[in-house]
Amino acid sequence: MKIELEVNGQPRTAEVSPWARLLDVLREDLRLTGTKEGCGEGECGACSVLLDGEVVNACIVAAGQCHGRRVVTVEGLARGEVLHAVQRALVACGGAQCGICTPGIAVCAAHVIDRKLLAGKPVAEARAAVRELLAGNICRCTGYQLIVDAVLVAVDEVGDS
Amino acid sequence: MEPRAVGAPATVGTSLPRVDGVAKVTGRARYLDDLDAPGVWYGATVRSKIPHGVLDGFDLDPGYDWAGTGTVFVTAADIPGKNMILLIEEDQVALVPVGGRVMHVDEALALVAAPTKALAIAACAAVTPRITVKPAIFTMDAALAAEVKLYGDDNVYKQFLIRKGHARDAEFEAIVAGAAHVIEGEYVTGAQEQMYIEPQAMMAEWREGRCYIVGSMQCPYYVHKAMKALLGCGPTDVVIAQSVTGGGFGGKEEYPSMLAGHVALLAHKAQRAVKIVYERDEDIAATTKRHPARTRHRLAVDAAGEIVAIDVDCVMDGGAYLTLSPVVLSRGVLHAAGPYRCAVTRVRGRCVATNHPPHGAFRGFGAPQTTFPYERQIEKLAVLRGEDPLALRTRLALRKGDSTATSQILGASVGSDEVLTAIRDCAGTPPVRAGVAANGSPLRRGRGVCFYFHGAGFTGSGEARLAGRAQVAVVAGGRFEVRASSTDIGQGAITMFTQIASDALNVDPARVVVVDPNTRDVPDSGPTVASRTCMVVGGVVDRCCRRVRGRLEAWGREHGVTGDLAALANAYVESGAPELADMVQYEPPPGIAWDDATYTGAAYPVFGWGACLVDVEVDLDTYEVKLLRCVQAIDVGKAINPIIVKGQIEGGTLQALGWALLENIVYREGRVANASMTNCIVPTFADAPELETIMVEVPYPFGPSGAKGVGEIPMDGPAAAVANAVSDALGCAFDEIPILPEVVAASRDRWRLA
Amino acid sequence: MTPETAYTRPRDLAEALAVRAAQPSWMVLAGGTDLMVSAIHKRVPAGILDLWRLPGVGAITEGAGGGLVIGAGATWLEIGRDARVAKAWSPLALAAREIGALQIQARGTLGGNIGTSSPVGDSLPALLALDAEIEVASVRGRRRVPYAAWCTGYRTTALAADELIVAAHLPPLAAGTHLAWRKVGTRRAQSISKVMGAAAMRVECGVVTDARIALGAVADRPIRIAAVEQAVRGLARAAAAEAARAAMRGAIRPIDDVRSSASYRDLVAENLVARFFSGMI
Ligand SMILES: Cc1cc2nc3c(=O)[nH]c(=O)nc-3n(C[C@H](O)[C@H](O)[C@H](O)COP(=O)(O)OP(=O)(O)OC[C@H]3O[C@@H](n4cnc5c(N)ncnc54)[C@H](O)[C@@H]3O)c2cc1C
Ligand code: FES
Ligand code: FES
Repeated sequence: MKIELEVNGQPRTAEVSPWARLLDVLREDLRLTGTKEGCGEGECGACSVLLDGEVVNACIVAAGQCHGRRVVTVEGLARGEVLHAVQRALVACGGAQCGICTPGIAVCAAHVIDRKLLAGKPVAEARAAVRELLAGNICRCTGYQLIVDAVLVAVDEVGDS
Repeated sequence: MEPRAVGAPATVGTSLPRVDGVAKVTGRARYLDDLDAPGVWYGATVRSKIPHGVLDGFDLDPGYDWAGTGTVFVTAADIPGKNMILLIEEDQVALVPVGGRVMHVDEALALVAAPTKALAIAACAAVTPRITVKPAIFTMDAALAAEVKLYGDDNVYKQFLIRKGHARDAEFEAIVAGAAHVIEGEYVTGAQEQMYIEPQAMMAEWREGRCYIVGSMQCPYYVHKAMKALLGCGPTDVVIAQSVTGGGFGGKEEYPSMLAGHVALLAHKAQRAVKIVYERDEDIAATTKRHPARTRHRLAVDAAGEIVAIDVDCVMDGGAYLTLSPVVLSRGVLHAAGPYRCAVTRVRGRCVATNHPPHGAFRGFGAPQTTFPYERQIEKLAVLRGEDPLALRTRLALRKGDSTATSQILGASVGSDEVLTAIRDCAGTPPVRAGVAANGSPLRRGRGVCFYFHGAGFTGSGEARLAGRAQVAVVAGGRFEVRASSTDIGQGAITMFTQIASDALNVDPARVVVVDPNTRDVPDSGPTVASRTCMVVGGVVDRCCRRVRGRLEAWGREHGVTGDLAALANAYVESGAPELADMVQYEPPPGIAWDDATYTGAAYPVFGWGACLVDVEVDLDTYEVKLLRCVQAIDVGKAINPIIVKGQIEGGTLQALGWALLENIVYREGRVANASMTNCIVPTFADAPELETIMVEVPYPFGPSGAKGVGEIPMDGPAAAVANAVSDALGCAFDEIPILPEVVAASRDRWRLA
Repeated sequence: MTPETAYTRPRDLAEALAVRAAQPSWMVLAGGTDLMVSAIHKRVPAGILDLWRLPGVGAITEGAGGGLVIGAGATWLEIGRDARVAKAWSPLALAAREIGALQIQARGTLGGNIGTSSPVGDSLPALLALDAEIEVASVRGRRRVPYAAWCTGYRTTALAADELIVAAHLPPLAAGTHLAWRKVGTRRAQSISKVMGAAAMRVECGVVTDARIALGAVADRPIRIAAVEQAVRGLARAAAAEAARAAMRGAIRPIDDVRSSASYRDLVAENLVARFFSGMI
């Protein structure tokens, strides 16, 4: 079927099976390869994208269900060359190592920040909340510590501006 | 070292943001599966469901449209060269030939390639191998009993015996018999999945008779060597390139040679580019894991609590092929006596063959398996003597001038006191022993520490034999190209090389370009393993840069060109002179003597040192262990990039904590029964405690700016610290990991709750 | 080649029911967090009836007599953040917050959990303990089935081939009812339950007068533990905990699998059920 959807603010179309995975539509049909596949089971979060404003795993979303909907991928986080605060913080704080989990983490963390899900929380509580909110994104390289640091740095920055 | 020019800030020792950071956070970094490959076909692997047998042939389902889809089917008969994955020994085949032995479940038997992934999966399902089943063995004891012979007459891939302070067993036993106390224990550590988040992935294409292979890997030259043999071709007929690699941890050390062979064969027959990206379940089921190990340990002490003898007997399960087992075992036995003073030691190690899929390289490379036993033993000594665990370790620790189990006299860069002091200083009071959770469950808390070391670089004369090389060249735009085959698998090699080169050349880091490794354009720097990339290859890059700098400066003087090195480089390139490049080969530091026959001497150029403190809380209703605190103090020599080093330590630490508590490979009749990410679990954000990391710097004079290895060491210690903490909390010994809640539940009768 | 999968996104429940009746073999797809797992290895469905965000079946509304009606299409995020659920039917809110992690909670629905009715479906013991009824609809009409009669075996349900799940009805709880929920999974998040359970315990004048105790992952389906429910009646809290522990012995027959062992499940289930009573606040 022909699906029409908005990806990173642009109207896009793809001729795909409704049973195709959103992940494949993005990566293969639209050649947006920033979204990664780590498992295809919904477990690792490497394929995280925003669908109508919520974070979902693109490997377990059917293409047909995306017709008429809005998708934001890692490619859509930056405004031109200006990175999202959390992308900058991930670079500055060492939150990306091999980087394969990073697009998913950036998408999920940007959502957490933009939705102000950490608003008003003292540091220890905010750190615990980050660990809960990002628990669907598995990273095998970092031990998570520097990613949590990065999210808090980004929260501060966004809060200040 | 040469003084730096005035005004040029050193980058070594600063946390320069990762060179590849922006590409990674924006999704622009291209991993194998992201590469444009018009017309590429997809490969899939026909695998055995039988752990041991003889391959009689294949049945191809005519229901699948073989001809119409153009699907190619590749078997061992299509291999142009030798059917083997060349590594240490020639025992592992790339594809089991008809009439040949099937050695493990999920072994590769044949390959298919088709225009789409879905077709490749369907084609694979349309192939049924016929196998005559033979009896299989799955335990170390069965392997040692050798009723079924998988390897030689005794199923032993490799054994080592290291003696110190005695010549014969009788002499050794007499010393043990004279001790005031002998602590005996048996320790078991499980297999562990690397679980890099990018699965194994590789693509091949033949152009004008030459095979180009690109993929996710740690060691392009390992793949190169294996491909020359498998494809029966010369060194320039096959080019291996690394794509951005989504984690390795050892798992992409040897296995990529297998996958490279598969895509090369498929591409050859299909006459087009073919790629294989493993499915997660396939990756977990078929590729290498950490060797499971069982270690018997005897610790003999005198009345004053001095160690008089250490006796270790370690057996590892190598799985169905030898692969890297001898080297893993070697590192295991070389660390098995621990970083403690002892005049008399006997260390025995054996690695045996079973019908499990081959076990292989994983961060720590045998040392975590032998660190766990000795640190449990030392803990038992502390309990026996009622001595403070940290004080006891400080009292017995190796220091400069002491000799190790291989009689290596420790020279410079021994950080034992520094790491132990760092832990002592931040330890604070142990957690309150008893508590109640909000939901009413009773809790018990405990603390554990551990102390350990890890040899950096290859064992013994390994580095001299490897003779790793790197090249630095002056290129267009006044830039400097660093050419090394060391791969960045997330550990930050590109950034680290950039910093070392930038300082050695005294140019801005932006002037340094670290070339993506491929075997056509970069020399063999040795494999990206063994915590050697910074210390060894980094040192080579450093020297190489200094030579290039000297030559460029000389050229400037000769031609009357002035300015900084970047200006000189510009002028040099514009002058049209031939490429200015220099190649440097590793030279071992003086005084390194190693005897391979007796396994004595300088096992490693230098050791890293570590100490760890862990606080845990056990829920007595659910038997779950929660990590309250984990502090690691690690002597890294010099942190070239502190944030990257911190990330290395923390990543390794969490892998170790996961190995200790929840990572579990369930083997059933040789098959990984939990081969999915859902069931083969690793820690999430919510499982990880806040990690406290202390970087200690006791410089190594022969490493770049004093740096020594850091990649593996954080993996070695934490598991023992966790087991010590759980043992402390519940008042009984935990000598096996993972300490799953099921294991804690089964220990109820042994608890002695304070 | 397999024919292209048909796809329908109905505008309302009536249209959905009509399609369902006409195409009983089509896949009924909500959030897809069960159905789409490892999708490339699954058989391609003949058609997809897409219920995601189907108007009219996603809301959480107050029902007759102080109960709550949770639409089948409500996601875990919505259920976990709903103040009414958290206040009066807390096991369901707590279960919602412990399902998977953010991505799964954004997509997974109550209807999907009920539809799959896996023994490890985390909401299901909560539904049992809260005495929920499942409302289903078809072109033939509507009916309500208590959850206890809904799940008929290992991942099988009372859903007819032309029916769709519309909602779960949570009746109001009697005054003095204490609620509890506990999940023991393979790890602290994104985890499959090894044992989980929910309890609704009515205490009057310090004595347990009624209890519904439900457990998951200990049988082929989520179950109520009648032996415990009977044993605790009329007992003070501490005595009830002891009686519950005693009644648990032999009450369940869990299995060994790759995630845990029968003996662990047995033991932890016993501890949790006893703790429901002793830990009551
Ligand atoms: C990584 C991961 C983690 C998970 N963690 C948990 C967990 O912790 N706890 C847990 O309980 N589950 C968990 N799940 C399973 C799953 O998320 C839940 O069962 C979820 O509630 C399913 O809802 P869905 O809408 O996504 O279902 P779908 O996959 O869309 O459907 C599931 C089934 O229900 C049927 N169905 C759905 N809606 C209706 C309806 N209205 N009428 C009739 N039939 C219907 C479908 O036909 C299908 O058979 C997890 C899944 C994943 C991938
Ligand atoms: S690839 Fe989608 S969750 Fe892992
Ligand atoms: S950075 Fe490698 S998996 Fe997260």
